[in-house]
Parts: sequence; structure tokens; C-alpha cells
Amino acid sequence: MRRNPLWLWAAALAAYAFLYLPLLIVVLYSFNDSRLNAEWVGFTLHWYSELFNDANMLIAARNSLLIAATASLAATLLGTLAGLAIHRYKLRILPVLAITPVAMPEILLGVSLLLFFNLVFRPWLGLELGMWSVIVAHITFCIGFVTIVVRVSLLGMDESIFEAARDLGATPWQTFRLVTFPLILPAVMAGALMSFSLSLDDFVITFFTAGVGVSTLPLEIYSMIKIAVTPEVNAVSTLLMLLTLGMIVLASRIHGKAVRSIGV
Amino acid sequence: MSPWAGRTMPGCFSMTRRFGRWLVGLPPTLFLLLFFVAPSLIMIVASFRLAGEYGGLAPLVEHGRWQLTLETYRFFFSDFIYVEIFIRSFSVALATTLICVLLAYPLAWLIARSPKKHQDLMVLLAVLPFASNFLIRVYAWMIILGPQAAVARALNSLLAMFGFEPVTLLFSPFAVLVGMVYVHLPFMILPLYTNLARHDPALLDAAQDLGANAWQRFWEVTWPLSLPGIYAGSVLVFIPVLGMFAIPDILGGTGDILIGNVIKEQFLGTRDWPFGATLSLMLTLAVLACAGLAAWLARRGVGRHA
Repeated sequence: MRRNPLWLWAAALAAYAFLYLPLLIVVLYSFNDSRLNAEWVGFTLHWYSELFNDANMLIAARNSLLIAATASLAATLLGTLAGLAIHRYKLRILPVLAITPVAMPEILLGVSLLLFFNLVFRPWLGLELGMWSVIVAHITFCIGFVTIVVRVSLLGMDESIFEAARDLGATPWQTFRLVTFPLILPAVMAGALMSFSLSLDDFVITFFTAGVGVSTLPLEIYSMIKIAVTPEVNAVSTLLMLLTLGMIVLASRIHGKAVRSIGV
Repeated sequence: MSPWAGRTMPGCFSMTRRFGRWLVGLPPTLFLLLFFVAPSLIMIVASFRLAGEYGGLAPLVEHGRWQLTLETYRFFFSDFIYVEIFIRSFSVALATTLICVLLAYPLAWLIARSPKKHQDLMVLLAVLPFASNFLIRVYAWMIILGPQAAVARALNSLLAMFGFEPVTLLFSPFAVLVGMVYVHLPFMILPLYTNLARHDPALLDAAQDLGANAWQRFWEVTWPLSLPGIYAGSVLVFIPVLGMFAIPDILGGTGDILIGNVIKEQFLGTRDWPFGATLSLMLTLAVLACAGLAAWLARRGVGRHA
């Protein structure tokens, strides 16, 4: 192993500082007893109590969780099917369909769904934009992520175990239930958690598909940033960061446990 | 092995296989055809339609005639401002990509050269901030660059000492660039690290034995080998920046709008949907061209260094 030169350490530490200092400042000012994000005045929990008394914010938080739960569930189901179909049946078009929405700038999916919902769903089914349109949009971009994770895990597997199951007389369904599914379960869980946090975080696509009736946490944060910045934004940001951190810890534990439980 | 294993009736087997293929493949295909392909096609058609009297779209068929036109495309190319905004978006995307390479390279290289047992943690630390909400990361720079913050005050008192006019950092092209780099940096770190970690250290030893100094070892060995990682990272940074509207919207001034802001304005502000659809298609073409270019560069690079 070569020793790393000092300047490389310095440059890398500067990059780490660049990554972390801005977020630390957000957290710090959420406890600052001042309306301005400028000087440190004193410690307070005022902005957190403000946050928990803000009815709009609480409704937005509830909507966000509801949307993330529904969208991640559906996207996990569809994405897992897509990953299996691509791997097992070598479908040609499905990978393109699943990955392209993820690879494009988000605004393109946002505006094309806005057009679609307004030109097809509203006149034909009488549905105004709302929670359902946000959920559908989130499923569309989350499918790709689940598909990739499931497909990568299938690619890493030894095909002979599936052949062994078939040779031992297992039906395709039995092979799936007893062999394939337990093996891809960690990937499916990882995909589900990924979809959940992607949905919870999404701003751009939600912005175009939410209409006027429904608000989510990112939409609420956006309007606060645009209209009146108070440290309440810092407080909600800090809590969101804690939530994400918790989910990452959870994901790594589930992943580890699932891997151990199948004895790999 | 069971002697009956391969003996199920062939017709029956292929039928379950075909059934399985539909059962597994059909739901995601149908969903994506309905909610990704159909909206994209509608967007293409919308770009040829006429704007409605009160925004949105005019009826497709009126007085028994199809109402389709190339007007929006003519308008796009007749007014230089839209071409100019496209050029500005490309410049911002290019600058963001270059700065990301400069910042990510030392970090990715250090991680790749560290002991194996530390690498995972170091990568996790590098991408962890990315797990926080996108708007929070942009908002953080609103605080840092704000007029009351220490950075702006220190800079302006320094400028005043030398007799310069004070500058505003927030709501400027500089703020937009900082926000773009900050949000997209992990997309460059990850592919670069993945590439650098795969380099065979024996190559560097061989170069050293042949008398190459540290700089030559980097420039003649590591750098050319890391180009595929840079291309991969560049695609992941360049394409989202090209369509970004939220960062110029929050950190930029009125003169810093990019193509994403114009598209947003057409759909939610002035409600000129045909023109918005045209701009979106232009953006799509630009993205496809960039992705194609990157794929071509990567293939050429692999061919030369394989």
C-alpha cells in the first residue's frame, strides 16, 4: 500500500468539509434564538414547538408519509416483477421502459405527466390532480430503482440453484417461493426503502403533479423558502435528516439480517 | 436427479413458461406504457397543437379540421433568447461537471488508495449528505451566502478595505453554480471511486520501476485509466443539471434562469402548453445527444486502453 501524500489528505478533507458544513449550519441554526439565520444568539427549542403547532406542516407530513408508503409498496411490487421478467425472460423493451424515467431530468417526467393527467384523466374520468396523481407519478420513477437493485442481485446468483430446484421437481411457483424469493428478499427490501425515501424527498415531480389541493413536506419547505424563511425550515430539515439517517441504519440492519437468515 | 425431471410434457412446460412470462412481465410493462410512454407521446403531439384561449390547449379538431401547426418551433428558432437560454444551460452544466471532477477526484482517489477495511465507511461518509432532502441542501447555501451571514460580511469588509463595491453572493450566477455542484457532487464521487478502486497497483509499480516520477505515474497511468469513471460521472451530473429549475429558482437572480425555469413557467405560469411541450422536446433531444456522446466517448476510451 502506497502512503497517501499530505496534499491529497488536505484536498479530501476539504471535500468532506464542503459536504458536511452546510448541513451542520442548518442543524445549528434550528436551535438558534433568532429569526435571522445570521448570528448565534442563544439556544432555544422554540422553532420545534412552532413546527409542531403548524397545522399545514403536519398535514403535509401526513400526506408525504401516506404517498411514500403507497408509492413504495406499488413500485416495489412492479419493480420486482420487472427485474424478474428482465432476468428470466430476457425482455428487450422493459429495461428501457423502466430505466429511462430515472435517467431523464425529472422535470420532463413531471410536465409530461401533468399534460397526461390534465388531457386524459380530467376530461375522461373527471379526476382532478391530487394525492392519486402524485402517487402514480412517484410509482413511475421508483420502479426503475427497484428494477435495477433486483436485477443486480439476480445477476450475482448462481443459476445452478434454480436448475437444481427444477431437477428436484419443483414447479415454477415453488422454485420462486422457496428459492428465488428468499434470495432476492434483501434486494427487494433495499428497493422498497430506497423508493420510500425517494418518494418522501421528491420535489420536482411532485411540484408538477400535485395540483392545488395537496401539499407534501418538500412542497411546504419550498414555499417557506420562497416566501418567508424562518428557522422553522431548519427545524423541519433537521427532523427530516434524522428520519433519513434512521432509515439508512434500518436498511443496513435489515439487509444484514436478511443476508444472514438465508445462510449466505 | 429425478428421472422425471426433464419428462414433463413439453407443450405443458412451454405453456406455463409463456404464462409466467405474461404474469411477471405484463403488469410493469402495462404500467410504464400507460404512465411513461403515453404521456411522452402526448407531449410530442402537444408541441404541434395550438394554445387554448385561456391557456392549456385548443381543441385538437375544430370545424372538422385538425388543428396542428409548426408555429411553436418557428417561434423557438426565431427568438434568439431561447437559444441563448439553452446555451446558458449547457454552460452551467459544463461548469458544474468540471468543478465536480476537480472536487471529487482527490476524494475518490484517496478513498481508493486507503486500506480496504476503511473504504466502505469513507464512501458512506461521502454520500451520506446526499441522503438529506434536496431542498434542504439548497437551503443551506441560502443561509451561507445570505447577506447577513458571516461569509458575505467578511468578503464585503475585505472588498471595502481595497475600495471595491460590496457584492451580493446570494441570487447570483455564483450561488447557482455552488448549489448545482453541492447537490450533484456525489454522482461524480461514486463512479470515480468505483473506477479508481479497480486499478491494478502493479501498473504503478511497473511505471515506477521504469523510472516514472509521481506526476508521470498519475498523468500517464491513473488519469487515462480513470476516464471511463469520469465519463460515467459526467453523464450523471450533466443531464440533471441541464433540466434543473429549482436551484436557479431558489439561489439565482432574475437573470439566471435556465431552460428548466422556462419550461416550468410555460406549464404553470403563462400556461402556453404547446410551447412548453416544444421546449421539453428540445431538452429531451439535448439529453439524448449528451448521453449518446458520453456512450461514444466511453466506448472509444475502452477500445484504446483495453
